[in-house]
Amino acid sequence: MIEFNFTLDMFIAILPEIGLLVLAAIVLIMDVILPRERRRVMGWIVAGGLFGIIIVSIFAGRPGMEAQLLWGGMVRFDWLAFIFKMIFLFGAAVTALFAMDVDNLGNRGEFYLLLLVATMGMGLMAAAGDLILLYLAIETTSIPLYVLAGFMTKEKKSTESGFKYLFFGALTSAIMLYGFSLLYGFAGTTSIYDLAAIVQQGDVGLVPLFGVLLLVLVGFGFKISAVPFHFWAPDVYEGAPTPVTGFLSTASKAAGFAVLMRVLLVVFPESLPSWTSVVAILSVASMTLGNSLALAQRNMKRLLAYSSIAHAGYALIGVVAFSPLGMAAVVYYLGAYLLTNLAAFGVVVAFWRVTGSDEIADYAGLSRRAPGLSLALMVAFLSLAGMPPLGGFIGKVLVFAAAVDADLIWLALVGIINSIVGLYYYLTVLKVVYLFRSEDEEKPLPISRSYTVALVILTLGIVLTGTLIAPFFAWGTTAAAALF
Amino acid sequence: MQFPILSVIVFIPILSGLLILLMPGHRKDEIRVTALAASLIALGLSAWAYFAYDIQMGGYQFVEKYDWLPTLGISYSVGIDGINAPLVLLTGIVMFTGVLISWGIDDRPREFFAFLFILATGVFGVFVAQDLFMLFFFYEIAVFPMFLLIAIWGWKQTREYAAMKLTLYLFIGSVFSLVGALAMYFSSGLNTFDMQLLATANFSTNFQIFWFPFVFFGFAVLGGIFPFHNWSPDGHVAAPTAVSMFHAGVLMKLGAFAALRVGIMLLPEGAIYWRWLILGLATVNVVYGAFIALVQTDFKYVIGFSSVSHMGLVMLGFATLTREGLLGAGVQMFSHGVMTALFFAVVGMVYDRAHTRNIPELGGFSTRMPWVAIAFIVGGLVSMGMPGFSGFVAEFPIFMGVWRVMPIVAIIAAVSIVITAGYIIRITGQVFYGKVPEPLEHHNIGDVTVLDKVALGMLSAILIAIGVYPALMVPLVSSGVNLVLSLLGGA
Repeated sequence: MIEFNFTLDMFIAILPEIGLLVLAAIVLIMDVILPRERRRVMGWIVAGGLFGIIIVSIFAGRPGMEAQLLWGGMVRFDWLAFIFKMIFLFGAAVTALFAMDVDNLGNRGEFYLLLLVATMGMGLMAAAGDLILLYLAIETTSIPLYVLAGFMTKEKKSTESGFKYLFFGALTSAIMLYGFSLLYGFAGTTSIYDLAAIVQQGDVGLVPLFGVLLLVLVGFGFKISAVPFHFWAPDVYEGAPTPVTGFLSTASKAAGFAVLMRVLLVVFPESLPSWTSVVAILSVASMTLGNSLALAQRNMKRLLAYSSIAHAGYALIGVVAFSPLGMAAVVYYLGAYLLTNLAAFGVVVAFWRVTGSDEIADYAGLSRRAPGLSLALMVAFLSLAGMPPLGGFIGKVLVFAAAVDADLIWLALVGIINSIVGLYYYLTVLKVVYLFRSEDEEKPLPISRSYTVALVILTLGIVLTGTLIAPFFAWGTTAAAALF
Repeated sequence: MQFPILSVIVFIPILSGLLILLMPGHRKDEIRVTALAASLIALGLSAWAYFAYDIQMGGYQFVEKYDWLPTLGISYSVGIDGINAPLVLLTGIVMFTGVLISWGIDDRPREFFAFLFILATGVFGVFVAQDLFMLFFFYEIAVFPMFLLIAIWGWKQTREYAAMKLTLYLFIGSVFSLVGALAMYFSSGLNTFDMQLLATANFSTNFQIFWFPFVFFGFAVLGGIFPFHNWSPDGHVAAPTAVSMFHAGVLMKLGAFAALRVGIMLLPEGAIYWRWLILGLATVNVVYGAFIALVQTDFKYVIGFSSVSHMGLVMLGFATLTREGLLGAGVQMFSHGVMTALFFAVVGMVYDRAHTRNIPELGGFSTRMPWVAIAFIVGGLVSMGMPGFSGFVAEFPIFMGVWRVMPIVAIIAAVSIVITAGYIIRITGQVFYGKVPEPLEHHNIGDVTVLDKVALGMLSAILIAIGVYPALMVPLVSSGVNLVLSLLGGA
């Protein structure tokens, strides 16, 4: 029987998760108490609660400089996990704000509950120090997200989206689980850090290890929607309720990256240097395919889906570089990308709520109808395209810098050529918004307060990550330091 | 602490641009006055910096340096020397006159001035940057607003095409330079983006030869170097008047300046190795641009291609790597900036009244708007390199420098002067003299406004002032050239 002593650190390590559970309980109670027409107020409460958890965690829940393995080796308490958790919490808070005024979404307690549980799963994904917890965390994240994608049960597309996500997710997670079980079979332990030590001794054959790498990458590749595991993304993104899509394409993707970085960097590097080549292939394929397919899209959500595939590719460049700078760049990239893409989806929700359309052509004349909303869209799209003084520019420069530093100039050039293609389709949308006229120009486009609040926060965040740089980069480097 | 004049110059435009964005869109006059005030301050400060620069002392002055991202050696660092001081002044001039000339813009002036000012901040930032990262940062800021300015307020027939073409061309160029810059940063091992330190990094010859084309041509795209000049005439023509002025007057200098500052000054051995290529391409620019300008029938295309031709002279001056050539190129950047701003202003004024730019359909404008005709003739004389005008001060040293390096190139390039004279005289004759054509008789073409006259008068006066009294600029640029030459090994 294992002696089990509780220490304060153990609770500090899961402070955000505890907070999320409490918040989830509050949501459940409120769902019962509040009359149906007033339930949207839960959006404010959830968002406020999440921001509260962020603040409390930053003051009371910071890890020390030494990483710790707690809860019997299940939970790793380090800066990488902490910073990613903050990113998820922020993403969830913004998503709650975007969702609260959407009919049949923001006035249902289940929505917020599922959102919070998924966020908790993501936090555990980032912190998992053991394959078992890792798998559980991935499922805790995925299952609520399947439900959320299919939340609009009366809409065919949403149902289709939920099912598609479920099938793809179940398939890839089964393959990944097979990889995990092989790892356990080879090494006799499920702890990621013990595994790393055993693998590095060279007791595991290289060929089986390479096989495991591929199996595991299937699961991770699905989470970050990297080519060739991206097929679900456009359909799921299009069908899912837009706030959920925003959450899927940012926080969920970031969670996938957190796991991918930890597992790949801890388990594989010494014994299997060729893992970087595999990831490089994923990166090039994701960027190239994502960007070239985005060119042909007429639907805003599908465009953003393909663009998000491409962005997974850019972020992978930093992973391929396999250096502290590279990892810091990935963290920076994901942070900036989260702000940016959430802003883009926020504009899409706000627009859809009034017009009921996601077609790019319907955005014509938006700059005359709603100058503020257009400005937010422009900031978001320019940041996606990598223009200063916005966060996306710094993220791109950092990943390209990491690639040049690692003598991967060819990869940096591929990234650059891709960002040119990216610029083209982002500009095409901006052209529609700013240049084209439409008959609806005179119709007002009311934006409720929650969108204004969220979009202002996000826009400021995008500009700050693009100009202040140093504090955010410091977070990136501390997170990266936890991996080396 | 001294007054942070350069930072104020850099940030005044963007801050006032944001202020303008916050104003209600229908209060157009308030917006215009705010824009004018901001540009006047920027002009005043840049003129002050220009004249307060101490030539005897030389080097970089008005230096400010703050850490930006110290972990990677990125700093916010500004300063001016003899090369960029005239360009800062030029930007101030073009910004001010551009606002004057855009007074009549009635479609969303709020957004127009806001974007124009964001662009101006980018331009100022590049000119004064002492840090390579900062230079890129501002460079990209300067590229993007162009897209919206051309796409929204441009000439309806080609604006979408031209805006997209221009933005993509410039973006492609800049990202290639970026890779080169990153390579410099990592291979120097100095962990700094400070260009003065990078200049001392002693990159190996092979490294310089490999990366120089990335950096130099990446920037030179914006300088309009052949065969990457194609975006420029289309862009000029599609852009609204003030944007054309900014574009040809200032932005193309941005490319040339960055190519000099980053390409030639940080990778001097690469520059020596590739100078023949640059010399050759620039000669094509000069002669080919002039020929194309000669056969255009669209007034604005003539000026667009003349810019290609004149920017070729700047590149030619760079490629000589001699004192004369660099001096001439430095003055030419300023002179051409003012001259071409003047030209585009004139074209805009003619077009606004005649609603056509087709040269055969125009005529007799000197009787309707004498100020504009005189201004155009002044610009034309500068363009031909007539003594007494700034063009002569710029072009003569360039040809001297080229002669020292390769006389045959000088002879070929000099042909362009004759061709330039050809198209300038043709336009002057057809547009401003002769009879007003029948269809335009009914248009009731009036004279230009007072604001327009102020702008034209100011631009013309500057061109003449430099021409008759070159000491206003030549010693300053010459002191800047010393620094470049010292990096090139004191040639």
